[in-house]
Amino acid sequence: MLGIFASIIDGVLVGLVYGLAAMGLTLIWGVMDVINLTHGAMLVAGMLVLYLLTAALGLSPYATLVPALIGGFIVGLLLYWIAIHRLVGRPPLMSLLSTFSVNLVLIGIGTAMLGTAPFNVPVSVPGISMGRYTFPGPHILAAVLAAVIAFLLYLFLHYTRLGKAIRAVANNREAAELVAIPTTRVLAISVGIGVSLAAVSGVLIGTLFPFTVLSGDSYQLKGFIVTVLGGLGNPVGALMGGIALGLLEGVVAPFVPVSWTLVIEFSLFVVVLIAFPGGVFAPRRGAL
Amino acid sequence: MLARRPFFWIITAVLAVFAILPVLGNNVELRESLIIAALYITLASNLNLMLGYAGYINFGSIVFFGLGGYVCVWLVSAYAWPLYAAIPAAGICVSALALLFGLGILRLRGAFFALATIGVNEGVQAFVENFSPWGGSSGIYLSPIIFKPFGGPAQGLWVIYFSMVAVMGLSLYLSYAIKVSKFGLGLLAIGQNEDAAAILGVPTPLYKALVYSVSAFLPAIVGGLYFLKSSFIQPADAFDLTLSTEVIVIAMLGGQGTVTGVALGAYLYEELRGFLLTSETFSHFQLVVAGVLLLVIVLFFPSGMMGFVYRQFPRTQKVLE
Repeated sequence: MLGIFASIIDGVLVGLVYGLAAMGLTLIWGVMDVINLTHGAMLVAGMLVLYLLTAALGLSPYATLVPALIGGFIVGLLLYWIAIHRLVGRPPLMSLLSTFSVNLVLIGIGTAMLGTAPFNVPVSVPGISMGRYTFPGPHILAAVLAAVIAFLLYLFLHYTRLGKAIRAVANNREAAELVAIPTTRVLAISVGIGVSLAAVSGVLIGTLFPFTVLSGDSYQLKGFIVTVLGGLGNPVGALMGGIALGLLEGVVAPFVPVSWTLVIEFSLFVVVLIAFPGGVFAPRRGAL
Repeated sequence: MLARRPFFWIITAVLAVFAILPVLGNNVELRESLIIAALYITLASNLNLMLGYAGYINFGSIVFFGLGGYVCVWLVSAYAWPLYAAIPAAGICVSALALLFGLGILRLRGAFFALATIGVNEGVQAFVENFSPWGGSSGIYLSPIIFKPFGGPAQGLWVIYFSMVAVMGLSLYLSYAIKVSKFGLGLLAIGQNEDAAAILGVPTPLYKALVYSVSAFLPAIVGGLYFLKSSFIQPADAFDLTLSTEVIVIAMLGGQGTVTGVALGAYLYEELRGFLLTSETFSHFQLVVAGVLLLVIVLFFPSGMMGFVYRQFPRTQKVLE
């Protein structure tokens, strides 16, 4: 009994981080109908920031969240101007292809320079014991940080001028323009925030699991699963979707070999996509 | 009917060149590079049926190629099927499977469909890696005995080459035949505006599922041929997302929706790839080059090479499809 309980808690902890990882993806989608296929590469960029800064400068792993946040924002602005700006308002397939090609470039550079060997960042945070089970400290800390960041994003979107502008653009870009919201700047900033969220969750994932330059793909796919569970364009739904995915992984893990979880997840992804194209937790669009 | 059009004879001429060139002087090196070209042309033409005609991106088109390879190699190795039976069987199985998948995921539109295709490819790969009859992640090896009916591996490889050229030809004829048919017109209408097409009486779900299934058939066959040729198949090669990506680059480079453009794009890309792989500086940056190429095309030349040709020489539109 305690075993199931423990795996549920662990699932929720990891799920919160997955939710944060999907939040950037879903924010960009909600604001401008662009599915950012560089998301996985940006997650890996966050992981590499974590690895390089802890290994080279001896920073504490959690201190690297700040450079990841700022760096991610700048990279996001660049991404917007290079690959997205010309394609806003065009069929979504075009921006899908353009972000896909930027992803190829980033992954190509990453594998050529760093290879595909796994990196591991040692993090020592005391865990919490409960009977025979110990919940690892990094998992707890990462989940708490993910929840805090998600909460801050919610406050930002609902209670600041810029956040409200972002929601206005998501709802109706032309109307936003009519009331003098600088939509281009808002779009660029949204991509900045989306990528910065990706980098930050990359750091958090890096404190939990070893990773390679190619890990981004599988987390990006998890991000899609979370997003379709939570409803595209809905950051709060993403957190729910993340917890759902984490729970699924946690509960399924003791019963099937690890290598089958991927098969289950992708089948779930396709089935959910077909059955609930609008997302399970968010029946309506524009709920941002 | 098709035989009266000049474009039909252009395709036939290209096929003849492919078939004759390497035979002259028994040029095995040329044959190997033409095999890759034929592979690219087949995969890209069939992807084009989805991407160029119906306007649906399939990021995981490689799943047909890989599954076709697996079905074929498995039938040959486990049940000792003769090659001429195993290859079409692979095509039919994969095509039927695609119809099944298609009826499900083609209820999705645009970007959602594109995401689902990534899911299908990764899911199938993860499944095959765990599927022990197919050797799991270590794959299946074939013994060279399979080429005995042809008089040994050396002759067998020539047979495979001619078959691949034939499949390439079929792909081009098929792309062309679909484009000038009512079915193709319906697909192009779906690509322009799916709602309008449905209102005008195009049975959109049926057409989409059909084209998804059709676009699986020849890639599965070419997958079978390709992995018989290498006598070895494993999940990482069979479901290589790089190849899926390259095929998208090719279709966009040549000009989505055109038969000539996609074939030309495939040939050029094959040459470019050969250059990149042998060059000192670029050998590790193949993906980077493909990515930059795709980005530039999407941003600045969305209609590809054929778009340029059509604009410069409007008369070519009448001959080159």
